[in-house]
Amino acid sequence: MTRLIVGPFNRVEGDLEVRIDCADGSVQNAEVVSPLYRGFERILLGKPPLDALVYAPRICGICSVSQSVAAARALASAIGVSVPRNGELAINLVHATENVADHLTHFYLFFMPDFAREIYRSEPWYEDIRERFTATRGTAVETVLPARAQFMHIMGILAGKWPHTLSIQPGGSTRAAAPGEAARLAVILKAFRRFLERQLFGDQLERVAALENEEALVSWAGERAPEHSDFRRFLNLSAALDLARLGPSSGNYLSYGGYHLEDTSLFGHGTWRNGQANAFDPGDVAEDLVSSWYKTDGPEPPASGTTEPDAEKTSAYSWCKAPRLGGEIMETGALARQLINGHPLVRDLVSRHGGSVHTRVVARVLEIALVVMAMERWVAALEPGGHFITHGDMPSRAEGIGLTEAARGSLGHWISIENGQISNYQIIAPTTWNFSPRDKDGVAGPLEQALIGAPVRKGETDPVSVQHIVRSFDPCLVCTVH
Amino acid sequence: MSMQRIDARPPVRLFWLQSGGCGGCSLSALGAENPDLVTTMEAANIEVLWHPSLSEASGREVVSLMERLESGEEPLDILCLEGSVMCGPNGSGKFHILSGTGRPMMDWIRALAEKARYVVAVGSCAAFGGITAAGDNHVEAVGLSYEGRKPGGLLGGDFLSSGGLPVINIAGCPIHPGWLCETLHQIAAGTYNETDVDEWARPLSYTMHLVHHGCARNEFYEYKASAERLCDQGCMMENLGCKGTQARADCNMRAWNGAGSCLDGGYPCINCTAPEFEEPGHDFLRTPKVAGIPVGLPTDMPKAWFVALASLSKAATPARLKENATAEMLTVPPSDKGKTRS
Ligand code: SF4
Ligand code: SF4
Repeated sequence: MTRLIVGPFNRVEGDLEVRIDCADGSVQNAEVVSPLYRGFERILLGKPPLDALVYAPRICGICSVSQSVAAARALASAIGVSVPRNGELAINLVHATENVADHLTHFYLFFMPDFAREIYRSEPWYEDIRERFTATRGTAVETVLPARAQFMHIMGILAGKWPHTLSIQPGGSTRAAAPGEAARLAVILKAFRRFLERQLFGDQLERVAALENEEALVSWAGERAPEHSDFRRFLNLSAALDLARLGPSSGNYLSYGGYHLEDTSLFGHGTWRNGQANAFDPGDVAEDLVSSWYKTDGPEPPASGTTEPDAEKTSAYSWCKAPRLGGEIMETGALARQLINGHPLVRDLVSRHGGSVHTRVVARVLEIALVVMAMERWVAALEPGGHFITHGDMPSRAEGIGLTEAARGSLGHWISIENGQISNYQIIAPTTWNFSPRDKDGVAGPLEQALIGAPVRKGETDPVSVQHIVRSFDPCLVCTVH
Repeated sequence: MSMQRIDARPPVRLFWLQSGGCGGCSLSALGAENPDLVTTMEAANIEVLWHPSLSEASGREVVSLMERLESGEEPLDILCLEGSVMCGPNGSGKFHILSGTGRPMMDWIRALAEKARYVVAVGSCAAFGGITAAGDNHVEAVGLSYEGRKPGGLLGGDFLSSGGLPVINIAGCPIHPGWLCETLHQIAAGTYNETDVDEWARPLSYTMHLVHHGCARNEFYEYKASAERLCDQGCMMENLGCKGTQARADCNMRAWNGAGSCLDGGYPCINCTAPEFEEPGHDFLRTPKVAGIPVGLPTDMPKAWFVALASLSKAATPARLKENATAEMLTVPPSDKGKTRS
């Protein structure tokens, strides 16, 4: 058995170390380490409750709006205020802009550049992929960066700035859109749709969104040469490298659901276990701390969770806690979301191959199409002139839960307020679920399990298969360790 | 990042580290426009040796590059740090061990800063400790050469890099991409000197201005027609904690994300470019007052004058402003005398 320590891991958000034991050309065992601790849960203690909206987004620069949404929902449940329809639309648009930009950044700048590595030089698709996706020099970068930046003008208009916007409040949005601005939003979306249809998909969003099973996906991909679009490029190399078998999921998935509008939501919430959809009860969430550098061992339900760092704890190897749902590990992200929401293509892929690098990436790219189409509907539904916010008073004592979906999965904030101040605040980020360390029963987290069996080529010190698997989760370590 | 030699000068070699931050400054930088970030670096003749979110190199390759920079075997022109320096617990730096190295990030930062010709703190975390230093700061987060408002930090308040400059503090939470791009461009061109920074070693190119300059709500300010609640259109200084009249940045003169600013987004400026913005000593979204008068008046205005002018201008507030100030959207348009809508 050889032990490899892989890190620093680049092109993930934050710092990450992966320790793997290899034998016979594959990974036998893995430990995932979050090596940074920032302590946001402690920062928030004693603060005025609404100030959480200043601190919480700064947990993470890549999903700061998701953090705002979770904090605002937790505060809204404490206040007992509800958001007017315009406010919901505005929040959904701002949140969706971040999530879509995130998926796009992940695909183009974080995930695909690994296939432009030397190790793939002999593959028939290599030259094209190298030219297109080489980190910072590929031809994709020069079109993606401007397209992304222009798309983010939605943030400029509806949220003032990004990251770390304050426009999302418990009762709605601080920014009411005027009629002319609604028109500008529609134009920005049109330009972005054009970029997606020309570069990423090479087809209409509607056609991609309507693919209903693996056969349909394969035949759609085969309509044109792989070089015709970036998604086809991925599908082609994914088939060649058999990414559908790489980085298998455990079979347990969780989604809190997202993009709320009048008592319903674009994506539903629930769990998926052993091929079955089930309801989700937030009361079943608890964080195990046995392998984490904190004083207690847990498990602790987040509403009464603690954050007492202990860098010397010998049983521990990560700053990441280990959330469990009814004692079980859960994978969260676009794959979980689309599976639970019942997208036929994702359900079909998972029923055939299970979750994997291939399925995670397909679900994420598919979601870009689904969400952009929803954004167009939301812009059309805005009613400039109507209310965007409802005001309410913060009680001096209350509890609240804010659940939402960030691009990379389920995000929850739990707040307790006493004497008008925050008396406890706990955050469980998507990557905390996915990259959790072992719990009291020794059960490894989703990524730790997904790494088992990954091929390691002779002489590799930073195995490329490990890089693919890790990045297929689109991890965010700064969120994880907040 | 790509290196394209645009002239005969050797490329300016930049290395980027992240520690106790949120990555938001990098993500904000990715939004650079006209041109994009990669083109901007090329134009500045900057070769990005490594950036954690953008570069190809991973693991061993990066560590060995860092070792070569540390030993002086390869030169380092610009070191950028994003995020605070994590000194805890008890000065050990164990709250951030750089993965794959077993060594505290704090040590790596110090070692590379000693070799770099210029050291740049990207964002308020790296400059002053920033948001990570809020609350009881049990993580012992500090900036490179400041700990809050106190000179010191990791490198000491009198630190000068081998290029003869203090740590250049591109403060902001996050930075505006323009602040970063312009500053790096000037440093790379060799034209940057101590007259280009303010008293906190922040680039004067953006701290020469106040956030108040160019704010779309200036007319409301003039008449003290104030917003009462978030989403109101009036001036947010009197009731909602806005620090635009004191905050040093050009946020209302150069758009964020092509179109906005905090104020345009309907929320007050929290002075995120300033040291200790993270602990204002009051609710962020409420203006502390003594006897009804805001405590934080415009920086260089005598209080008595402010009070006199404010009561005068309040008395003269046009009905249009009074009404719009507490509306969610501008409702009463300006009108041309004598011309009515037919
Ligand atoms: S200064 Fe703000 S945006 Fe930049 S790393 Fe720190 S918290 Fe994030
Ligand atoms: S307006 Fe104020 S809080 Fe907003 S980015 Fe500018 S300086 Fe920071």
